[in-house]
Amino acid sequence: MAAATHGALVDMRGVTKRYGGVTALDGVDFTVNAGEAVCLAGENGSGKSTLIKILSGVEQPTAGTISINGTKRTNLNPRVSAAAGVMVIFQDFSLFPNMSVAENIAFSTQLGENRRLFDRGHARRLAQSVLERIGVDIALDARVESLPVAHKQLVAICRALASEARLIIMDEPTTALTEREVRSLLAIIRRLKEEGVAVLFVSHKLAEVLEVCEKVFVLRNGKKVAEGPATEFDAASLTRHMTGRDVPEAPPSAVTEGSKTLLEVEHLSKDGAFDDVSFALKAGEVLGVSGLLGSGRTSLAKALFGLVAPDSGAIRLDGEAFALGDPIAAASAGIGYVPEDRLTEGLFLTQSIARNIAVGRLDAHERRGFLDLGALMAEANDWLTRLKVKAPDPQAPVRSLSGGNQQRVALARWLSRAPRVLVLNGPSVGVDVGSKADIHDIIRDLARSGIGVIVISDDLPELLATCHRILVMKAGRVVDEIAGNSVTEDELAHRLAS
Amino acid sequence: MSASNARTSMTATPEFRLAVIAIVVFAMMSILSPDRFLSAQNLTSMAFQFPEFAILALAMTITMMTGGIDLSVVGVANLSAVVAALILTQFASPDMDVQQSLVWLVIAIAAALTVGAAAGLMNGVLVAWFGLPPILATLGSGLVFTGFAVAMTGGSAVMGFPDVVAWLGNERLVGIPVPLIVFALLALGLHIVLTRTSFGLKATMYGANPLAAFFAAIDINRLLIRVYVTAGMFSSVAGLVIMSRANSAKADYGSSYLLLAVLIAVLGGVNPYGGYGRVIGVVLAVLSMQFLSSGLNMLQVSNFARELIWGALLIFVMVVNTRQGPGLASFFRKTKPTG
Repeated sequence: MAAATHGALVDMRGVTKRYGGVTALDGVDFTVNAGEAVCLAGENGSGKSTLIKILSGVEQPTAGTISINGTKRTNLNPRVSAAAGVMVIFQDFSLFPNMSVAENIAFSTQLGENRRLFDRGHARRLAQSVLERIGVDIALDARVESLPVAHKQLVAICRALASEARLIIMDEPTTALTEREVRSLLAIIRRLKEEGVAVLFVSHKLAEVLEVCEKVFVLRNGKKVAEGPATEFDAASLTRHMTGRDVPEAPPSAVTEGSKTLLEVEHLSKDGAFDDVSFALKAGEVLGVSGLLGSGRTSLAKALFGLVAPDSGAIRLDGEAFALGDPIAAASAGIGYVPEDRLTEGLFLTQSIARNIAVGRLDAHERRGFLDLGALMAEANDWLTRLKVKAPDPQAPVRSLSGGNQQRVALARWLSRAPRVLVLNGPSVGVDVGSKADIHDIIRDLARSGIGVIVISDDLPELLATCHRILVMKAGRVVDEIAGNSVTEDELAHRLAS
Repeated sequence: MSASNARTSMTATPEFRLAVIAIVVFAMMSILSPDRFLSAQNLTSMAFQFPEFAILALAMTITMMTGGIDLSVVGVANLSAVVAALILTQFASPDMDVQQSLVWLVIAIAAALTVGAAAGLMNGVLVAWFGLPPILATLGSGLVFTGFAVAMTGGSAVMGFPDVVAWLGNERLVGIPVPLIVFALLALGLHIVLTRTSFGLKATMYGANPLAAFFAAIDINRLLIRVYVTAGMFSSVAGLVIMSRANSAKADYGSSYLLLAVLIAVLGGVNPYGGYGRVIGVVLAVLSMQFLSSGLNMLQVSNFARELIWGALLIFVMVVNTRQGPGLASFFRKTKPTG
């Protein structure tokens, strides 16, 4: 095997990374050999992204050593990492959408060569040779924004190869791909391995790439919990190592018979985002909305809360329509929305925990023009207790909390407004395994109390653990509706990606 | 949190550092020029001098809390003062009796405040509805307001007020200079607004993260308009104080005050990227600046050198705050605890 002859390409020893009080990586040893494909598995918040950031020089480790090609590197930065051949392909690919395929592939190489002028002919020749190397045919002059997702990914791979990548790190490479596209990606990975290029897959659902991998590493809560030859793992054992649980969570209890319809969405359309979406949500029901990246699930979620203005259609709550495209109208109608990206959209990181909870109820706490700070604090404390937030001091900035506790603060803000319908976009993204189960408990409790919940997620165990029904979106349309208790995880994965 | 921890965190606040700076500057000036700096005459003259630009700094503060800025404060102050002055010269005269001239003074003050509110409304609409960057919107509107004032006056000073007008800027109430009282009331008011009202908390939180404010269903347009209207009205009060002290109004008074107001707000620990600021810090910064300014005056440092010192100080404070304190850099360093 190629691996045996080349020796370690990347070797990390005892790497630890702390952010304030949070340990994101804890004494991790990690090796990749040349020509090897490695799976780095872990749930959101397990420390995978931190490990990539350290390898690519974006973050410095708190402790530990990193060797690339047998040389110890103490001061990695993105330029040094790239020069050593470590290239990361992020989930969004970081391409220039308005530039051509050839320009995108050749751009960073030409920058690296310190040429003063962009050489068009040279760029085209370089791009062409790299495309041939992986055996794909994409028009060199096509603008990248016009390409389908799978082709964008190939362009990103080509760009890495053009810069003489020796290790290509792929962050969540399969979330936006159909099963057929995944298979053609795997064929390309096999070719790269034969050429001695190493590939690191980083993902929370890796079963589909196991067949091309030599090794598997599993991270959980910043620690390495399993490693070994890929042949020793399968989808079930990967999940078990990632979550640390043997049994899947119990599905939610059935919706009470005869409970009335709460939310009706009728023929909702938005050009380029979603098309003719209709569904109804009962009181006490948890509805999942899933689909690949780019299927329109996030736009739909935002449209429900007025963050995206639909072109046509109607949303009714208790039979009454409210103004679309206006979050304030949606909020006062009784809809709550917990966003996907807690750090930029959800929380006011520098502000106190109490303020983050109270921000939705400030007007309600005002008595004769002044805030009743006592009542405000009491309410915040009450929610911290009810949602079991481990917060030493409600006056501390919310950024001092761990991901799981931050997410509970975001939930508390909306729960304090007593919403009728709660839209949760990625409710457990970036939280640790324990908090994840707690958040799922909270979701099931909310449903039992009669709130209608919509969970937007691509985390299949999460959908199965919380949802009564799951809508599958593809290219902006709802293409499938699945009863939550009728499918296994594998069947659900298949129906999502087919 | 233990008591010693609480104590260290208190001494680490920008306000504590400022209190130290204010005391150090005061002590330095007292040592360098004890008989003149510490004289009763100097102390009172300082108390009459600083309120006008201190009020402008308060106006700056509330816009900076939202991550914005108001570069039109001096323009608004002068336009409001010119409108008030024109009313006072057109309808009242120096030989009118006290009762009547008081009525006109009240009308003039109301008109000035209205002008300030309208100017602030214009800024707010530009920033909120049209989404212009505050720095450009208010830079432009400030020139427009100054232009209006020039057009109304032809560029010359408006003077010849009834005697009561001088009271606001030059008299004392129970021994305390009236401008100082006005400033103290406004500072206290702003402190209460920022810490004890829904409006103030929303403005602070919007400044901390505008996107999260949008996702939290805060009515951002209304919020920003209220912020700029408040800043406009504060500016018009400053304009009235200037008018009273100068006993005239002119389109280009106080042109050095803009830099000073920005400097004081930033020096006072207000985060120019929004989300943090305390009125007590601004008050301490005002005092430090006034001590420094009077001191330099006594040491016969030229006016030009003083502007140079203000500018250099502004850059220095920004650099220090960005490297530690609640600046942007430390914000990004600490943002992402998850993996």
